[in-house]
Amino acid sequence: MDFPFDLLINAIIAGLLLGGFYAAVTAGISISFGMLDIVNIAHPAFIILGSYIAYFFNINYHVDPILTCLLLSPVFYLFGTGIYQVYYLSFEKRGQQSLRGLAFFFGVLFVTEVLLLLVFGVDYRYVQTSYIGPSLHYGIVDLPLRMLIPCAGSLLLFAGLQLFIGRTFTGRAVLAVSQDQLALRLMAADPIRIKRIAFGISIAVAAMAGAFLIIIQPVEPSVGREYIGRVFAICVLGGMGSMPGTLIAAMLLGVVESITATFYGPSWAPAVSFGFLLLTLAFRPSGLLGR
Amino acid sequence: MPLFTGIAIVVALAIFAVLRVPNIEYLFVAGYTIVQYIVLATAWNILGGYCGYVNFGSAAFFALGAYSTVALATFGNQIDDLVPESMAPFFHLIFPLPIPILIVFGGIVSGIVGFGTGYLTLRLRGAFFAIATLALSVVLATLVVNWDFVGGSGGAYVVRPGEFPGLGSYMQYLFLLMLGLAVFSVVIARWIERSRLGFGFAAIRDDELAAEASGVPTLRLKLIATTLSGALMGMAGAPFPYYIGYLAPASAFGLEYAVNSIAMPLIGGTTSWIGPVIGTILLGTLQQVTTVTISSAVNVLLVGVLLIAFVIIAPNGIVGLVQDRLHARRRK
Repeated sequence: MDFPFDLLINAIIAGLLLGGFYAAVTAGISISFGMLDIVNIAHPAFIILGSYIAYFFNINYHVDPILTCLLLSPVFYLFGTGIYQVYYLSFEKRGQQSLRGLAFFFGVLFVTEVLLLLVFGVDYRYVQTSYIGPSLHYGIVDLPLRMLIPCAGSLLLFAGLQLFIGRTFTGRAVLAVSQDQLALRLMAADPIRIKRIAFGISIAVAAMAGAFLIIIQPVEPSVGREYIGRVFAICVLGGMGSMPGTLIAAMLLGVVESITATFYGPSWAPAVSFGFLLLTLAFRPSGLLGR
Repeated sequence: MPLFTGIAIVVALAIFAVLRVPNIEYLFVAGYTIVQYIVLATAWNILGGYCGYVNFGSAAFFALGAYSTVALATFGNQIDDLVPESMAPFFHLIFPLPIPILIVFGGIVSGIVGFGTGYLTLRLRGAFFAIATLALSVVLATLVVNWDFVGGSGGAYVVRPGEFPGLGSYMQYLFLLMLGLAVFSVVIARWIERSRLGFGFAAIRDDELAAEASGVPTLRLKLIATTLSGALMGMAGAPFPYYIGYLAPASAFGLEYAVNSIAMPLIGGTTSWIGPVIGTILLGTLQQVTTVTISSAVNVLLVGVLLIAFVIIAPNGIVGLVQDRLHARRRK
């Protein structure tokens, strides 16, 4: 039997598109877990929340999902700062983040999922936009717009975040907060305020990723669980908070998952991310581009 | 120690005797769930409460126990196809395996997986172990869904015998077994608390670096805790296929196991064996009541909200609240 090269090429391209989207999904976690050391396992729940809000406005008012989440990102930002405030006062300040802080986020993950379940039901929900059906064709290569547009949007978002962190004072302070809080204080920046801002941004990014998610695939409340393994695998593999590392790791996972799904069947795809995570933790815990 | 074990056994037998008086099968069905959560919550607490390492994968360890039972039961049904003819009579003699053997087997399987997960991730920061356990349930669920021998995504049927000789209905037998398992895990938990092992665990929880520096073999102790905790969870899961009759991946890997086995110790109090027991009895009863009167979705929502409220407001759980009250009174 001939090896199906066109299938392989399409799988790789689909994987790269998927990887771009995974980069946006993981960007928030790279900030909160990688830089701020907050193990926000509820992150996927906020992504799904973003998806459902995009769905709600799309079905009722025919607004584009990406536009919805872009316009609502200040709301998500404020929501994120609020959550950080609770987290800081209840756990970080008392030095209890390791056990009870984790349990707190687990509770938040769970409550969000069940609330969405009660409000929207267990059915898969999807959005309707003009770019969901068609795809571009170049020879043997298919580029479905429903993958291309979220991927492009994710890369834009990612580039924006990278610029913010690398070029602005606040962004550099976010990087500094993970390294030396005292030095940050000496530079007249309040570490708690910086952390609050960064966490707010991570939640706003999560909501944006939610808009991309519901364009790519129909969403139901428990889809977020599949993303827990994925986002942490990418974050750890990328080297905990290194943005270029996150992008590379996301692309890598996207391609491997896509090839697995094409040649062995989609039901095996969730195991890929876990395999990645375990191998990374076992052999290179500092990640690809870790310090 | 023997005194406590004796008291625990007497209490368990008394509960069983009292429940038999009205002779309502539902009491055993509901009671089984609550007692099963005593085992899960106590097992979780051995690692989470004593050592300070959060395990989000209780559902995975529980399901491992349940699916090892399914695998053995399926093997028992297909002996003639799977085993050489000369060996078949021997296997027919020992299959179907009695449930206590299945419990031991489920415990061994889950214990091995617990050890493996711990060995790979426990040398890193605590958060990595928590994340790995979260991902563990997703992956084991994937494996089970793709493994047709244990039913795949369609699930598997396990026929529950109607009666257990000398005891009455089979459900009562299952309940009694689970009660025995609960006594076993509580006795182990209490023994750990008072032993060198428990002091080592507490040292790890309070300051791992200082413990390591003072000569506590932290990695070895953590591995003991994960193996023990995982094994107990697997033991709790092993009789489950017989209880439920039809085991689907979605029910074995249900998120409610993970949430409950975290929420119950945290609400009850994590530092002593009594905390998980109190938390389980309160939360388990509340859940049985809300499931019957309102709906099961509301009941899981309630657990989540209570978990958040307790970790914020009462970090040491109900046991902590009572202790604070006692201290305050003594000071007056």
